[in-house]
This record gives sequence, C-alpha cells and structure tokens, in this order.
Amino acid sequence: MISPITYLMRHVLAFLGALGRLMRRPLGTLLTTFVIALALALPTGLWLLVKNARIATGGLAETVELAVYLRTDVSLPSAEALAERTRKRAGVESVILVSADDALKEFREYAGFGDAIDALGRNPLPHLLRVRPALEEADPVSVAALQRDLSAWPEVESIRYDSAWLQRLEALFAVLQALFQALAVVFSLGVLAVIGNAVRLEIASRRAEIEVTKLVGGSDAFIRRPFLYSGLLYGVVGGVLAMLMLSALGWVLEGPVAALSLEYGSRYNLAGLHPEEAGLLLIASGALGLIGAWVGAARQLKAIDPQP
Amino acid sequence: MIEFERVFKRYPNGREALHDVSLQIEAGEFVFLTGRSGAGKSSLLKLIALLERPTRGQLIVNGQDTGRLPRRAIPAYRRRLGIVFQDHQLLMDRPIYDNVALPLVVSDTRFRDIDKRVRAALDQVGLLGRERVLPAELSIGEQQRVGIARAVVAKPTVLIADEPTGNLDHALARDVMNLFQRFQEVGVTVVIATHDLALVQELGHREVHIDDGRVIV
Repeated sequence: MISPITYLMRHVLAFLGALGRLMRRPLGTLLTTFVIALALALPTGLWLLVKNARIATGGLAETVELAVYLRTDVSLPSAEALAERTRKRAGVESVILVSADDALKEFREYAGFGDAIDALGRNPLPHLLRVRPALEEADPVSVAALQRDLSAWPEVESIRYDSAWLQRLEALFAVLQALFQALAVVFSLGVLAVIGNAVRLEIASRRAEIEVTKLVGGSDAFIRRPFLYSGLLYGVVGGVLAMLMLSALGWVLEGPVAALSLEYGSRYNLAGLHPEEAGLLLIASGALGLIGAWVGAARQLKAIDPQP
Repeated sequence: MIEFERVFKRYPNGREALHDVSLQIEAGEFVFLTGRSGAGKSSLLKLIALLERPTRGQLIVNGQDTGRLPRRAIPAYRRRLGIVFQDHQLLMDRPIYDNVALPLVVSDTRFRDIDKRVRAALDQVGLLGRERVLPAELSIGEQQRVGIARAVVAKPTVLIADEPTGNLDHALARDVMNLFQRFQEVGVTVVIATHDLALVQELGHREVHIDDGRVIV
C-alpha cells in the first residue's frame, strides 16, 4: 500500500521532471507556448470585446425614450399643459419639455447651422416632449401602447421611438457571442492538437527511457504522468501568456478608447478579465493541456513495447 | 516456481521459436539454459518476463497463470522479477545511481528506503562510491554489474538473465556468475541463458539444453 506522502512525492517529482525538460529546450517550449497563448487569446479577446461593448452601450439601452413632436401651431403654455398631463399618466417616468426656442438654441450651438437658421427668419422647430417610460414599463408592448395613446392626441404631430437600433445592437451582440463560442471551440481543438503534438515529440525523444521503464515494471500511469504534467504546464503557461497578451493589448488601446469615449461625452475605461474569469481561463487551458497530452500520449505509449 | 506446460511460441513472421516445451524450475533453483543462438533460449526468457506471450500452452510463475494476467497487471508482475539483458539496457544519460533506483522509483517504495537499497545493491556488485558516474564511463563488465544491481535492487524472487556474460572475457564472466550464485544462495530463483559451455561445466548447476525450440533432456 502506497503512503500518501510517497504518492505526493511521485507527483512532485513528475512535475519537476516535466518542468525541467521544458526548461532545457527553451526555444521549442517558448514557440509552442506562444502558439497556445495566441490560440487562447483570440477567443478570449473577442469575449472581452463583447463584454466591453455591452458595458459601453448598457447606459444607452436604459434610456428608452419617446420623442413626441407637437404640431408647430401648439403654443408653449399648451405644450406645458400637455407635458403635465403626460407626467400624470401611468407608466411614465419623466417628461422633459424641449421648447422650440431651446431646441433652436441648441441646434444653433451644436450643429453650426446658425446662418441657415437666420436665413429662415422664423423658428421652424416644434415643441418636443421627451417621454421616458418607467423602467418596469419599458418593454416593447407597453411602450407601443404608450405611443398609441399619445399619438391619438390632436396636438401631437408625430412620435419617434428608436427601439429598432437597440434590438439590432442586441442581435449584433448575439452574433458576436456565437462567433466567440465557435472560435472558442475551434481554437480549443487547435490547442489540443498543438499540445498533443508537443507531447508526442517529447515521447519520441524519450523512447529508450520509456522502454527501459516498462522493462523494470513501470505502470502506464507512472510512464504517462510526466507527460500529463508537460501538457498541464503548456496549457497553464499558455493561459498566463494569453492574459499577458490581452493586458498588453488593453494597455495599447487605453488611450484611443479614452479619446473615443470622450467624443461621446463620457469617460470609458476598458474592462479586463475579472479574477474569476481569469481563473476560468486558466482552468480551461490547464484542462486542454491535460486532455491534449492524454490523447497525444495514450496511443503512442501503448505502441512502445520493450523489445530487448 | 516456474512451470512451462506444453508451451508453443510462434512469431507473427511464422518462425516457431518454441515447440511443445514442458519445463519445471523449482523455487531457489539455479538453472542454465544452453543452446545455439536462435535455439529458443531468449524466447523462453521473454515468455517469463511477459515480453512475449505463448501461442499455446501454459506458463505458471509463482503459482500465477501468466496467461490469465491482463495487460495492466504486467507492470506489477515485472516488478517482482529481476531481468538482466546482454546489452544491459541502461539509460546512458543518467548516473548509475538513477539507473539502479529506477525499479524502486516505479514501485511504491518509500523515498528513504530507496537510497538505502540502491547503495546496498551497488555494494553487492562492487560499485559503491561511484553512484554519480555515467554508464559510458564504466567498462563493459562494470556496466553489466550495474544491470545486475538494477535487477536485484527490488529484491525479486526470480532473476532471469539473457547472455549476461556474452561480451565479457572468462575472468569477468566468472565474476558475474559468482554474483548470480550469491543471489541464489539467499533464495532467489536464477535462470540464465548462455552459450558459454565451459562456464556451465565449471559451475555445475542444472542445465536445460534447448535445440530448435525443443527441450533436450
């Protein structure tokens, strides 16, 4: 009966042996690990892209808003009365009245249409009610009902409600999500192949040692163990390297993203991997390493039969 | 105890290496297998080491029917067996200490026992004090001794050797044989294939002569 300490020592030795062999061929190990890291970084990077895009547009999705344009002959006091009436309606969170004069001022300041507007001589803009439904009423059906009610009022000229772009954005995210999943599967298979092949090469270069070990009664598990550790190391180190690559990418993108978000009047900081996401990546890459090594080793080790 | 009962061995290429071999080797016995090259001595030893399986017949070692042993049980079986090869099968890039320790490392031996037993085995073959030497730095006779130390380090009950003196001159061969005799004296069953008939005569142990795959009594 093997004692737990002896068993643990066997594993420590197998691990150190695997580590030592990888370190003895630094260039080959580095190249293999680099390929693994790239294969892991690509889908993970896409995952981060989707995650950041969701966060960045998350604020927009909450601002579902109906733009209610009143007829141009509606006076400011009646517009104010209408705004008050709308506020009292159930399912409405807030109503902001943008008067024709305010709108014109805004238009003049931001859009640079000053000369054109001066040429018109009078304000062509209508009063506008910006109606925000209560959050719990922001689902498409309730919003449509609200829109129907408001458009029945004679003072209302038209209502613009941009929900389509939100749905399109959501659909785009779904596509990216699916792309991430497909890439994750494909690149995982790639990682399996790379690690399996690296382990096969390692086995081939240690054939004599494996034969002798089998001759003196080394079990399959004993012989396989250091190669499984090699695979595990490849996977985990590849995972760490992938995270470093993504961190470097984040660092490069930080400035441009800040500049971009500033253009939209906000200050957006890129989100990286959460600790639990990083942990998941390492577990997944380690598991890929183990499986790749197992698959690569299984048949080849069985094929080595000692023939003195 | 090793018992061959009507064992046939035919290789995939059609060559019949053993033909209807029945043979009994008692526990603690010292047996020479003699015969020309290709007579079937090596095949017989390979069957004992489970490096090959009989085509027909039964081989019982230490009361165990080897034919019923599944593949995964072979490593544990081999750990109870000491095997010495003509070309010693040492790992040339490892010090002789590591080579001798290998059978203990693959078994469930505790680490503090390994060192003691490796040194004892090296002492028995007269190589104590040279643990860190690589096999290539040793003479052929000394390499063969390392092979023997590795074969006995796990204290097997059966020791088999295929032409262990094939590359050695008479004096060195005699030394190696004396070593095997000492293991037999402490109760190990020893089976040695050799074509060194002078040595066999000299030592006077039981001789099993094999010719063309048959045991000649």
